Amino acid sequence: MENLILVIVLTAVGFVTGKIAENKHYTSIREREKATLKLPITNTRKPLGIAPGNVRLELVTGSVVISVDYFKMMLAGLQNVFGGHVTAYESLIDRARREAILRMKAQKPRATQIFNVRIETTSISKNAGRGAVGSVEVLAYGTALTKAN
Amino acid sequence: MLITNTEIIPGKTITQFHGLVSGSTVRAKHVGRDFMAGLKNIFGGELKGYTELLSESRKEAMERMTAQAKQMGANAVINVRFSTSSVASGAAELYVYGTAVTLS
Repeated sequence: MENLILVIVLTAVGFVTGKIAENKHYTSIREREKATLKLPITNTRKPLGIAPGNVRLELVTGSVVISVDYFKMMLAGLQNVFGGHVTAYESLIDRARREAILRMKAQKPRATQIFNVRIETTSISKNAGRGAVGSVEVLAYGTALTKAN
Repeated sequence: MLITNTEIIPGKTITQFHGLVSGSTVRAKHVGRDFMAGLKNIFGGELKGYTELLSESRKEAMERMTAQAKQMGANAVINVRFSTSSVASGAAELYVYGTAVTLS
């Protein structure tokens, strides 16, 4: 009985704090995405639309680790039973990817473009390897091209 | 030392191949950070301690890779790839590899 109460309390706490954290994060992501719209990124191997000339290349990386909250963990457990979209984790991974890309862009804000971008996702948790999503690490990396004068 | 994750460098030619270079680190988080992360698993949000730890270790792995490339007499590492795997509970391996070349 006590365990059940604990689970319910943790779920409620996770729901509130998780929602607040997510909303705050999404607001900040949207703002920064608007601010960095002028720096395009592509996953092509060669830079796009740039005449070969005097350019400087540099490796840029951005990474973030984001954790689930208790509510999401419970929700995902339920959604696992019925199948279909696991919406609990979709937003988590979406946030992590967009944040990693933004951090990568922030390393070289004056670049003309970032090409050959690769995005990698790893699940980091105590149960890693058993298919559990405790927290995810997303790493985004690419080559920043800056025009040299 | 130029490091990129592309195979070709616009405006430069590769004069010599030196072969594959790599660097890796295995890191475990310390107890305090692990405890905080456990709490965060209830509340949700970014695990700043882990983000820092992983990017620090990745930097170290890259330093090992560039040291190896320097030893071979290369002046650039191209086609760099990163990979991360959790080897045991609470420990992660960061691996970086690329091709050491001489550019002119």
